Amino acid sequence: METIRVHSIESFGTHDGPGIRMVVFLQGCNLRCVYCHNADTIPLQGGTDMTSDEIVSQAIRLKPYFGTQGGVTFSGGEPLVQAKQLIPVIEQLHVHNFHVAIDTNGTIQNSCTKEILQHHADLVLFDIKGIDTEHFKSITTHTLFEAHIESIRIREQACKPYWIRYVVVPGYTDAPHYIEALCNFVRPLTYLKKLQLLPYHSHGIHKWELMNMKYSLHDIEAPCESYMQTLYGIFSKFCKVEVG
Amino acid sequence: MLVETAFKSGVWTEIIEVKDFVAQNITPYFGSHEFLQPPTSRTLHVWNICKQALAEERQRNGLRAVDTEVVSSMTAFKAGYIDKDFEVIVGLQTDELLKRAMKPFGGFKLVQRALAEHGLKPSKAITDYFERYAKTHNDGVFDVYTEEIKKFRTLGIITGLPDNYARGRIIGDYRRVALYGITRLIEAKKHDLATISGPMTDESIRLREEVAAQIKALEDMIFMGAIYGLDLSRPAENAREAVQWTYMAYLAAVKEQDGAAMSLGSVSSFLDIYIERDLQLGLITESEAQEYIDQFVMKLRMVRHLRMDSYNQIFAGDPTWVTESIGGMFIDGRTKVTKTSFRFLHTLYNLGPSPEPNITILWSTQLPQAFREYCAKVSIETSSIQYENDDVMRPSANCDDYGIACCVSMQELGKQIQFFGARTNLAKTLLLALNSGRCECTGTHMVQGIPYIEEPYLDYNTVLEYFKVAMHEVARVYNEAMNVIHYMHDKYYYEKAQMALIDTNPKINIAYGIAGLSIVADSLSAIKYAKVKPIRNEDGLTVDFKIEGDFPKFGNDDNRVDSIACEVVRMFNEELQKLPVYKNATSTMSVLTITSNVMYGKKTGATPDGRAKGVAFAPGANPMHGRDTKGLIASLNSVAKIDYETAKDGISNTVSMIPQSLGSTLEQRITNLVQLLDGYFSFDAQHLNVNVLDKQTLLDAMDYPELYPQLTIRVSGYAVNFVRLTREQQLEVITRSFHKHL
Repeated sequence: METIRVHSIESFGTHDGPGIRMVVFLQGCNLRCVYCHNADTIPLQGGTDMTSDEIVSQAIRLKPYFGTQGGVTFSGGEPLVQAKQLIPVIEQLHVHNFHVAIDTNGTIQNSCTKEILQHHADLVLFDIKGIDTEHFKSITTHTLFEAHIESIRIREQACKPYWIRYVVVPGYTDAPHYIEALCNFVRPLTYLKKLQLLPYHSHGIHKWELMNMKYSLHDIEAPCESYMQTLYGIFSKFCKVEVG
Repeated sequence: MLVETAFKSGVWTEIIEVKDFVAQNITPYFGSHEFLQPPTSRTLHVWNICKQALAEERQRNGLRAVDTEVVSSMTAFKAGYIDKDFEVIVGLQTDELLKRAMKPFGGFKLVQRALAEHGLKPSKAITDYFERYAKTHNDGVFDVYTEEIKKFRTLGIITGLPDNYARGRIIGDYRRVALYGITRLIEAKKHDLATISGPMTDESIRLREEVAAQIKALEDMIFMGAIYGLDLSRPAENAREAVQWTYMAYLAAVKEQDGAAMSLGSVSSFLDIYIERDLQLGLITESEAQEYIDQFVMKLRMVRHLRMDSYNQIFAGDPTWVTESIGGMFIDGRTKVTKTSFRFLHTLYNLGPSPEPNITILWSTQLPQAFREYCAKVSIETSSIQYENDDVMRPSANCDDYGIACCVSMQELGKQIQFFGARTNLAKTLLLALNSGRCECTGTHMVQGIPYIEEPYLDYNTVLEYFKVAMHEVARVYNEAMNVIHYMHDKYYYEKAQMALIDTNPKINIAYGIAGLSIVADSLSAIKYAKVKPIRNEDGLTVDFKIEGDFPKFGNDDNRVDSIACEVVRMFNEELQKLPVYKNATSTMSVLTITSNVMYGKKTGATPDGRAKGVAFAPGANPMHGRDTKGLIASLNSVAKIDYETAKDGISNTVSMIPQSLGSTLEQRITNLVQLLDGYFSFDAQHLNVNVLDKQTLLDAMDYPELYPQLTIRVSGYAVNFVRLTREQQLEVITRSFHKHL
């Protein structure tokens, strides 16, 4: 039986999509973002092999908590690293009427990822890592900027809802020209339902140490609430999109 | 006003039956909280005096004042006021705010000790009387206790029983005084007394004596009212009187008794009927209606009992458990939510957060949505309320007029009482099974018939077999102790004021309990799924356990271990059901620790789940700290599996989460908390304490308690002012699982 590599499951997720969600963190990521708070999910090997049946039966135990909004979110790692194995899992979740969201960086392009973006995912949460090639590279150490914008285009053309998420790291991602560029990027998007500005936090540093990896943002402090409110205000004003 | 004509009549007009009055006259409310009013200037004035007195109480080591001359009773003290002209609801336990009183019939030595801890002693006259002539509950119990019971008590297997404090848990139907007036209640009791005739068996003699005592208590209650210039002999004639009369009835109880938990029942929607009538007639404004409730609640917050320091180990933070149950549904499908349900909750804003009264929401998926959302909002902003599943309790008891006694114990109002039985240490019971029936700490032989385990690794079936023997014996001794305690409590410290407000010859249940469930479940799971090797000292007693391999842990929605937890509850409950109980009470059991989980942990050696000697247990039915690794819902689902029918006295679960974990905005947090409660209770779970707090706030409050006088946190089944916990208990609360997935 086909299995998928799962890093861990959180039964009470409230930030990765609407409502209360089961968040399945898949093992493995193709990027290595400087602010990653789940560094232990980066290696492609490891994790626990789970079948669709196992994932679906866990989701069924949580269904009474989901209400009309909640559901299952696949996060990671980068869930689309395992796009091929993910498709049957989503299909089976749909048999049981679960709302399925995918939290992706959008940089992997193949027929399977395209199929998920166009057809299978009820909601996609795109992580925009940087707003141009160079910025993207400084955050992720990779040169896949175009690919991750292309994925948003694919979703947009499929006329299906999605969110965009952007991590606010003081000094790294919040320069005025970045904010302005992000504003300009999201303004014309039709199927973008929500823009999430996520304040950087350092809760994941210990995981880098556990992985024997070097963490480069040691001196960065989390942005304060009032600063985040200011940014929300800017986006609410210039883009007609829900900001949270 | 003639009560019979002012309200819709029914069975209640013929017999004493408040439930029918409520059912006939209630005005259910489906709207939002927007009608609620801020506190009046009078309320704020009186509350400021209370806050000052509370600060003084903290400064004076928890005892602001105490009367050492007078034995407390309904009529012992002259009228006490906070500031008379500003009080719309009057009455204090003594003649002064936060002045405690002696109630020595529970145990005179305990009163002496409590006073001695503050460098005081009872007056000479009282000392002479209790040392020479009077006998107390505590004296009676220890006259009768066997050596075996004492041994089980001392070594921490059955500890914290109400043998050196009053049992509490009895809820008088305080509404009766308001609805009927005391003269009518006396007539009914006199009628009952006349029907209890010969042959004069133990039972009928006892009952006649009890009812006679109740009649005297009702007469005293009229006198107590007169001290405050109130005529309690007649029914309340308006909203203010209804609140005042109800409070006087409760006040009578807390002047007479210092039971561990003296709960209020379910008065809010009863009072709403009077408030709604006065509002309709234009006699009062919404602001006045809120003022009655604010001032009533303020009085309830000021209830105090004189306690020894050691009491604090099992019931930390000086709780009184003035539990008020709000909400729920009628059996006919109507909701019991009224505007006064909201007004009670609103006191947590008007007066600020508080552990008392212990506001308990009887949750149902059928409750009006606006009320459910308001409850969630109050939880998120105050951490002061708890939830119990009306959809499980109501059908199980076929009853829709009930209150919660203490934390989680359902009691039909006016028709049922409970004999409180604290709890037994089930983790230590398991260790008896591994140590040939000996206490793992002292080597004392406690239980016969358990062979010494020679094998290097523990075998699951063998352990289970020995554990059953240990449970059988512990249940036997526990039952014997309970019978002694309640016989003596009735004899020497009978709750005549509360019993006067309950039907003659009510139903009784005896409330046993267990502590350490998650440790037992995880220990058995380790033995079954990993390899567990006991490390023994030279006397052959287990001092540690070596665990090879991993094993499923309670709190992850994993049936392999959750089924063990359920089975242990079922087995111990079944053992208890077999035993005969004083007054033929029905046996029930709870999975509840209050704060004794810390004390029990101290008295218990290392356990096979890897818990070290002396480490605190998880509270109630909670999974052990940090072992629930799949998030909050998986943890809730494990606890929800414990069958309410096997633990009908309640299954307590306490969760703490940081605000952000519920969502980014208040609106999302409210929606998600409502959904969380619906999900949990849809699995027939019984109870949930909800804390929405930052750990940092608690750490801060430890360092700067004076800045957090009203910081409230839910512990097992009740709430406390965090700053009134001991440092050890504060640390235990902080080390608990805080659900904080972001």
